[in-house]
Amino acid sequence: MVVISDILVQGVQMLLVLLLAPLLTGFVRKIKARLVRRQGASVFQPYRDLLRLLRKEVVLAENASWLFRVTPYVTFAAIWVAAALVPTFGTGLLFNWTADLIAIVALLGSARFFLALAGMDVGTSFGGIGSSREVMIAALAEPAMLLIVFCMALVAGSTQLSTVANFMALSHVGLRVSLGMAIIALIMVALAENARIPVDNPATHLELTMVHEAMVLEYSGRHLAMIELGAFLKLLLYISLIACVFLPWKIAMIGAGPLSYAIGAGAYVGKLALAGFLLALFETATAKMRVFRVPQFLGAALMLGLLGTLLLFVSRSF
Amino acid sequence: MSPVALQMTCVAALLGSAVLAIVLSRLGSATAVVYGATLVVSLIALIGSIRWLLGGTGGATDLTLPIGLPWLGAHFRLDALASFFLVVVNLGGASASLYGLGYGRHEHAPHRVLPFFPAFLAGMNLVVLADDAFSYLLCWEFMSLASWALVMAHHREPGNAKAGYIYLVMASFGTLALLLAFGLLAGPAGDYGFTAIRAAHHTPYATTLVLILMLLGAGSKAGLVPLHVWLPLAHPAAPSHVSALMSGVMTKVAIYGFIRVIFDLLGQPTWPASVVVLFLGGITAVMGILYAMMEKDLKRLLAYSTIENIGVIFASLGLAMAFQANGLKLAAALAFTAALFHVLNHSFFKSLLFFGAGAVLTSTGERNMEKLGGLIHRMPFTSFVVLVGCVAISALPPFNGFVSEWLMFQAVLQSPELPQWALKIMVPAVGALLALAAALAAACFVKAYGVAFLGRPRGKSAETAQEVDRFSLAAMFILAALCLLAGILPGFVIDALSPVTIEILGGRMPIQSNEPWLSIAPIAESRSSYNGLLVMVFITLSASLVVFFIHRFASRAIRSGPAWGCGFSDATPAAQYSGDSFAQPIRRVFGTMVFHARDHVDMPAPGDTRPARLRIELHDLIWEGIYQPIADAIGYSSERLNRLQFLTIRRYLSLVFATLVTLLLVLAIWS
Amino acid sequence: MQMHSLAFDISHTLAGGLVLISFMMLYQDRLYSLLNVFALHALVLALSVAWQAYVQDAPHLYVTAVIALVFKAIVIPVALHRIVKQLGIHRDIESAVGIGPTMLAGMGLVALSMVLMLRVTADADPLAREDLAFALSVVLLGLLVMVTRRNAVSQVVGFMSLENGLVLAATGAKGMPLVVEISVAFSILIAFIVIGIFLFRIRERFDSVDVSALDDFRGERR
Repeated sequence: MVVISDILVQGVQMLLVLLLAPLLTGFVRKIKARLVRRQGASVFQPYRDLLRLLRKEVVLAENASWLFRVTPYVTFAAIWVAAALVPTFGTGLLFNWTADLIAIVALLGSARFFLALAGMDVGTSFGGIGSSREVMIAALAEPAMLLIVFCMALVAGSTQLSTVANFMALSHVGLRVSLGMAIIALIMVALAENARIPVDNPATHLELTMVHEAMVLEYSGRHLAMIELGAFLKLLLYISLIACVFLPWKIAMIGAGPLSYAIGAGAYVGKLALAGFLLALFETATAKMRVFRVPQFLGAALMLGLLGTLLLFVSRSF
Repeated sequence: MSPVALQMTCVAALLGSAVLAIVLSRLGSATAVVYGATLVVSLIALIGSIRWLLGGTGGATDLTLPIGLPWLGAHFRLDALASFFLVVVNLGGASASLYGLGYGRHEHAPHRVLPFFPAFLAGMNLVVLADDAFSYLLCWEFMSLASWALVMAHHREPGNAKAGYIYLVMASFGTLALLLAFGLLAGPAGDYGFTAIRAAHHTPYATTLVLILMLLGAGSKAGLVPLHVWLPLAHPAAPSHVSALMSGVMTKVAIYGFIRVIFDLLGQPTWPASVVVLFLGGITAVMGILYAMMEKDLKRLLAYSTIENIGVIFASLGLAMAFQANGLKLAAALAFTAALFHVLNHSFFKSLLFFGAGAVLTSTGERNMEKLGGLIHRMPFTSFVVLVGCVAISALPPFNGFVSEWLMFQAVLQSPELPQWALKIMVPAVGALLALAAALAAACFVKAYGVAFLGRPRGKSAETAQEVDRFSLAAMFILAALCLLAGILPGFVIDALSPVTIEILGGRMPIQSNEPWLSIAPIAESRSSYNGLLVMVFITLSASLVVFFIHRFASRAIRSGPAWGCGFSDATPAAQYSGDSFAQPIRRVFGTMVFHARDHVDMPAPGDTRPARLRIELHDLIWEGIYQPIADAIGYSSERLNRLQFLTIRRYLSLVFATLVTLLLVLAIWS
Repeated sequence: MQMHSLAFDISHTLAGGLVLISFMMLYQDRLYSLLNVFALHALVLALSVAWQAYVQDAPHLYVTAVIALVFKAIVIPVALHRIVKQLGIHRDIESAVGIGPTMLAGMGLVALSMVLMLRVTADADPLAREDLAFALSVVLLGLLVMVTRRNAVSQVVGFMSLENGLVLAATGAKGMPLVVEISVAFSILIAFIVIGIFLFRIRERFDSVDVSALDDFRGERR
């Protein structure tokens, strides 16, 4: 019985993240439009875009290799598996022991590795410029993320995300300096990883100013749909991560009844809406920075993560 | 036959093949005979050592041969540590031999390679088996010289002579350090057997000195920064399968020496020593990968990446030392297992990548990646396995590189228990350095693979490349399969390593093969666990599911068209991103500090028709700051001392006389 | 116990926040944003001092908090804003060392002060210990801001953040008399005035607030 409910929770989670991810992006876009007094597209527009892209034929560059065609699916699958392992509405995920937080970070790293390779595959300069900048950003964001993981793991005594979420929800962690540093650093990393302003602008249409979009410039049709959906999922993943570790309010515990799962799901949607709103607000209020200002931004996140870890090493009470 | 006798017989067979190679060297079939022989012998030795490691065989483990010093003889011994490193050595040897069966056919001077290849393998086996200081040093020197001969195989190619010279100097320096270290270990009594050294008591002063000397001796062979300078010159200069052996295996033999002396012979490590090892490991990892990132020669890039991996291994060994010094057995076993696992992994994927570089070299004649490109279309199999190697070395799941890095990070997370302040500060800093190195490694291998294998060909030779022969491909596919297997079934590897940790540290990690679904959990499942198999299954399943649904219900139409160039189509392949331009962002972020990198742009005035030029200025600060001054000082003093060569006989005699009197005076004053 | 740990947590977080904001100062490369960050620094200090006043039940500390709030968080930043505007000072801060190395050095300093303070005060009350460690970090980071920036205004800001660290240390220890705090607070004001005038003088004479102009004046060359 328990196993069945666990499987059910895991399955629902996988579908839920997949279904909610475009909605979250649509919501953020809508809020951004409203904040600058535009009407904005419907919050369901990303679904329509995806469906349209799925039905279109793929225009493949003449020089594209098999790697170029495989990458969208590999990238999407890696992100989806990672997103399925981050607790959203409940912590009792059946497969949470498959990959802990370090492995989730590495899974996202795999997705980016293949995407960066695909950027190099066609042999144009846009793909190259996108890939080279993406790996530069990743080279700083990934260690920062790992140090943030260290921070959380040292506080919670585990790198298992469900255990961390349980710990944060149940025990009186209190205010922790190191966790404060970790959350600021995590937000900075999340902005960079999801190609949001101020690091990258997902909405511009000039290839030279973009990082992520320049890298996937050659993609079209269903391939592009997979990459877009992967990007939506990644945003959802980071928000879920922040929510389950730093705001585990009302999250359903292992073995809880259907009611608490329903409450957890409601709370989760509320958290997503709040985070989406804050993200839109932040993006409207700031400007994109120069590419070579990004290393300083991420360097600061790295330093914060390191500082938090250092404090925890020095004394567990920080 | 006892296990140690089996190993020694294999070594003898290898030496025999070396002699055979000299005899046959002018024959056409020599290549096939010699590599076939080394393949068979290495496989036998490999099976023997694996069986010993898994505890399948009994029998004597000691062997004394009546050679060497008359009162000592040559002692050889097989224990768990040695058998693990024998697995690494012989696996590398077997795969290199298999690769050599195909690759060796393109060798234009086989008589310079064939005799030394089995000798080199024999040397590495002997170092691991040696059980007294004298045979150890002798075998070490034999291994160094054999590899030096292989580095010099293509001595007429530009730069190789210099590489060989620097290698020789650094190798003699390293052996000198080892000689002194063993001298200290043996003490005034001068008993050179490892058993006696292990039993002896060592003063703290001697222990510190031995640590420094081992870091110099084994560190210079392994490529620890700043003693790494010879490595990126010498490893690529050798034929590719030998490069694979040098990078993938010989550096591990150096690590074996370090572990043997520091963990085994010296007894309990002290925590200040671990701070030094941790620091050197962290710096080596980041510096190595930054050097690799700046490199455009494919094989040198791989050699620099070896330095990075050596840094990673040394950092985990440092962690193990710190835990062991504080009596935290379980954590020490975790860190030590991570180090050994990484030793094994690195031997897999570095050999694979060097084989790949060799395949590219065979079919295009190019090592410079700026002249390659688009090989994925013309060498599909090689490209596939090299991609596997790149993913594995970038520490990405579900391959093996990730597992050892994961274990290492878990060990880092155990270390707040350490009481010493220096360690409390050093460990998080090293953790950050290792995380940085891992991320940079991924960037570096995106660059290497993206520039050499993807895109469009940048030169004629890349356009006409051909897939390589079946032997080379077989060797690469086997290694790629091993990378995947070790990545998805890490529990078995960890369990196989437990005899080594029990022998060296007296503790072990929990048994992993009992974990459900073949996952690994270093401490407890609630703390951390990872299951590479399921990760791979999940990714494969969800990707196939998505592909199926999309192709079934959405669209599967494909149209081919020219790449989008903003209306400026038909750009030449030279307009692609090159390796240097790919590295530019990272060069700007890290290189300005580490290499004093500057970009000089020479832009002609409007109307001027000469081409614009971009020149990148990089400084190897370690070479310029440490080695160049030493070389200059030696040059200067030999210039001065040169005058002594043109004296009269009377003056020479008076010099001798003065020396004699001085020595007598010293003796008179001293005693 | 629960109450105590909450008090502990809050004072801890505020002190940690000060270190964090000191880092933010290191990261700034615009004058105005530096001033804003400094105002934030003083605000957090005021909060921290007020919390100490509440926890230690020491009403005189509220005075210090108000001084910090009014002078350092409002008056001085506003005044400096105006000075910068009036003088038309170039708004980019020229740093002598790049931001990356500066941040690294800052990390090293924090590590150093942690090790030093926690080791020296091994027997003291844990709250005071860790607060002292934070205070020392803030002082050292303030010094770092001063030595890595060429611009006189940012040196003033660095000096005042250093001063904030001292106040944090002083309030962290129980039973510090008020006299000292007022003198500490006023010394900053005086320093501010002196340096403010100083700024005008440099400006009049050399047309620049770059302190290297003073070196030239003394006949020293960099």
